[in-house]
Amino acid sequence: MSNRFLLKNKTILITGASSGLGRSIAIECSKMGAVVVISGRNKERLQDTYDNLIDPGKSQIVCDLTNMDSFDALCEELPQLDGVVMCAGVPNSTPVRHISDIIMREVFEVNAFANFKLSRFLIAKNKINKGGSVVFVSSVASNRPYVGNSIYSASKAAIDSFAKVLALEVGYRKKIRVNCISPGIVPTKANDSAFSDDDLANQENKIPLGFGKPVAIANGCIFLLSEASEWITGIDLVVDGGQLL
Amino acid sequence: MNINDFISAFAEEFEETPEDRFRPDTVFNQLGEWDSLMSLSILAMIDEIVGKRVTGSELRSCETIEDLYNLSMNK
Repeated sequence: MSNRFLLKNKTILITGASSGLGRSIAIECSKMGAVVVISGRNKERLQDTYDNLIDPGKSQIVCDLTNMDSFDALCEELPQLDGVVMCAGVPNSTPVRHISDIIMREVFEVNAFANFKLSRFLIAKNKINKGGSVVFVSSVASNRPYVGNSIYSASKAAIDSFAKVLALEVGYRKKIRVNCISPGIVPTKANDSAFSDDDLANQENKIPLGFGKPVAIANGCIFLLSEASEWITGIDLVVDGGQLL
Repeated sequence: MNINDFISAFAEEFEETPEDRFRPDTVFNQLGEWDSLMSLSILAMIDEIVGKRVTGSELRSCETIEDLYNLSMNK
């Protein structure tokens, strides 16, 4: 039986796979038959993700995308790819009056520039096969303001715009598709935010389908990576349980 | 940094609350200006001035300004 929602025999790179959403996306892709290549900054946690992957063709590359040597090493090791999920990112909640130059740079280095640089490399070196799929993990934060999110939101909005232009540039000839996925609120660790558990419960109650699970985001990525979405490019797939309604 | 400097820095984040409301035993989340933005500002202030990263849950575990001062200094 052929199933166009599967990722059988597709080689997929997932960045930011050592924690949170990236970890789940990598594991779920491997369950759908993908040969998964993962990268991440934290060696131990990346190993944990690796140990949970199913496909025997899996591989892992420890990489800090913001470090030039580390970035070059990743590029050298990468095989030909059918898909990429750019999930490397850092959160940040700093009110505008307290944003330092360091915070601005750190957040944009990871969330925006690292993804842009990796995209440039993959396209320039023809690392993505014809008909391949690129997925940027954006956030509903790029469209929905929330106090403390200015730099984070701006970095995700930068991704949204970049992705659309890239979609235009690589669509015509190579038929590579480029899309964003915008997760809503998906708790991936214990509540360590400035919000109390009661605040979070109130917030969750305002979302029609409540908070999400990482697998819900992974499923969206799988769709965008699979042939089932072969005529979809340049979109932002919002997976937020109705938060933006 | 002594507690008085800490309290001054804490008070500077506020715009409307009178200065005499800020004491070591002030229960800060009862202040009228306290909200989620203020809590993020206080965390950022501690990071800048004390050089320590206090988490949101640690902040929530504190009741008074003195509690927060002690927690920040002992990190």
